[in-house]
Amino acid sequence: MAQFLLLLRDNPGSFSSLSPAEMQRIIGEYKAWAEGLRARNQLHNSNKLMDGSGKMVQHNGTSVTLKDGPYAETKEVVGGYFLIEAADYAAAVEIARSCPHVRPGANGSIEVRQIQEM
Amino acid sequence: MTAGTADNDVPGLVDRLFRREAGRLTATMARRLGPGRLGLAEDIAQETLARALRIWPFRGVPDDPVAWLHTVARRLVLDALRHDTAHIRHAPALDMLAETPPLPDAAFADELVDDELRLLFMCAHPDLSPEMRTTLVLKTGCGLSVEEIAAGLLRERTTVSQWLVRAKKRIRDRNLSLDMPAPDAVPARLATVLDAIYLAFNEGWSASAGDRVVRPDVCLEMLALAERLARHRITGMPPTQALYALLTFHCARLATRTDTDGNLLLLADQDRALWDRALIARGLATLARAATGDRLSEYHLLAGIAAEHAIAPTFDATDWASIRTYYDLLIETNPSPVHRLNRVVALAMASGPLAGLSELAELESDAALVGFHLLHATRGELLRRAGRDAEACVAFRRAFDLARTEPERRFLQQRLA
Repeated sequence: MAQFLLLLRDNPGSFSSLSPAEMQRIIGEYKAWAEGLRARNQLHNSNKLMDGSGKMVQHNGTSVTLKDGPYAETKEVVGGYFLIEAADYAAAVEIARSCPHVRPGANGSIEVRQIQEM
Repeated sequence: MTAGTADNDVPGLVDRLFRREAGRLTATMARRLGPGRLGLAEDIAQETLARALRIWPFRGVPDDPVAWLHTVARRLVLDALRHDTAHIRHAPALDMLAETPPLPDAAFADELVDDELRLLFMCAHPDLSPEMRTTLVLKTGCGLSVEEIAAGLLRERTTVSQWLVRAKKRIRDRNLSLDMPAPDAVPARLATVLDAIYLAFNEGWSASAGDRVVRPDVCLEMLALAERLARHRITGMPPTQALYALLTFHCARLATRTDTDGNLLLLADQDRALWDRALIARGLATLARAATGDRLSEYHLLAGIAAEHAIAPTFDATDWASIRTYYDLLIETNPSPVHRLNRVVALAMASGPLAGLSELAELESDAALVGFHLLHATRGELLRRAGRDAEACVAFRRAFDLARTEPERRFLQQRLA
């Protein structure tokens, strides 16, 4: 088994127009999806990243600079991640496909990256 | 979570939690921000729920989701007030929020229900029009979105939005307060709240136009709201119990009101085996509690009628004489066309179609009822029962021409065939 990082991107503003009942239903879908992974021992952990832009620290040739970013201007931000276990890329992609984050109309995307083992 | 349990049934994320909390968050924040800023309170409630939607998928549903939501909402109010250039004016609210310590659970729960109640009293204020009251109760009392209300009331989305905008403007212009009415004013103010709930329920039970005649969503939200009021120490008065009992009996047969194609089913043709026996039992227990008052409200009489239908083994074996008596009493206080027509039906069932037809002749001379499709449909039924098929067809044809919804027209079409 290998470990994969699922990076869930979305537009933080896109949820604001949903009705309370729709929001609760969608939370229920994520919950069921995560519980399915946990029941099969495929979920290591998951976390939400705080909204708003982060900080970028880089060397500009003369000194280390700090700026906001990297997502201050982009519409899609990484909202959070799931660290999961899967046999291979194909299996990890299948799990990502079944995530409510990419349900019809969700406007979200999931980046799937394998964790380097050695 | 045990296998096979629906997600909405797990502790902490109960059915309708978000709808209920949307109303309560709005109510609590409106009290803190002032009734003139109901719109901001609503925005904060919506944003709070949206935060939960962004965070809970990763962090899981918190152990106490209600406390989580209210903590986030308080922070958002603080942020909003700090960013408000005119924040000086709201300084007391800011202090109050910053200083209010978290309440113990029981007191917190009481405060939530009280806030919700204050908001409901304001939403059903006599200074607001009936449309404003209905939409405000649905929006702020039940957490329905503008789209859901538009679908429930069969109006354009823009119409519903305009009602809400005008309602909020009138709340500001007339300085309506979120104060609890004085104890001696509660019964009268409660009456407008109950009427708004019943009106909204009826929109769900029998839509006034369009292709779907029953909107279960609206009915069930109103049942839940009536239940909360019936359980509350201030509002749990006999008329509230009676309304709750009435809605319970109706909801018990919600599933049999239309067939699988959305066609209306008459009470006589509904499959009574499918009625929800648990709800009927709850309705009867509630009706018993309603009988403690010294005043007989319209809801007592309507609930009495609904109870007779709910416990009758068949349509023909219903206690029509009792139902007729209930309608006699109802007509004394509210001689509405529907009540008078239903009394004729009860009379005809108790004493035969000819007795019903002669009573109906009296109603037909009333100019207000000439264009009422149900009057002609009822005459058609009674004529058919009396074996006068040719005349029955004429009456059904007239009813068909006057009917407002597609299912009603389909139903009358069948009667004509």
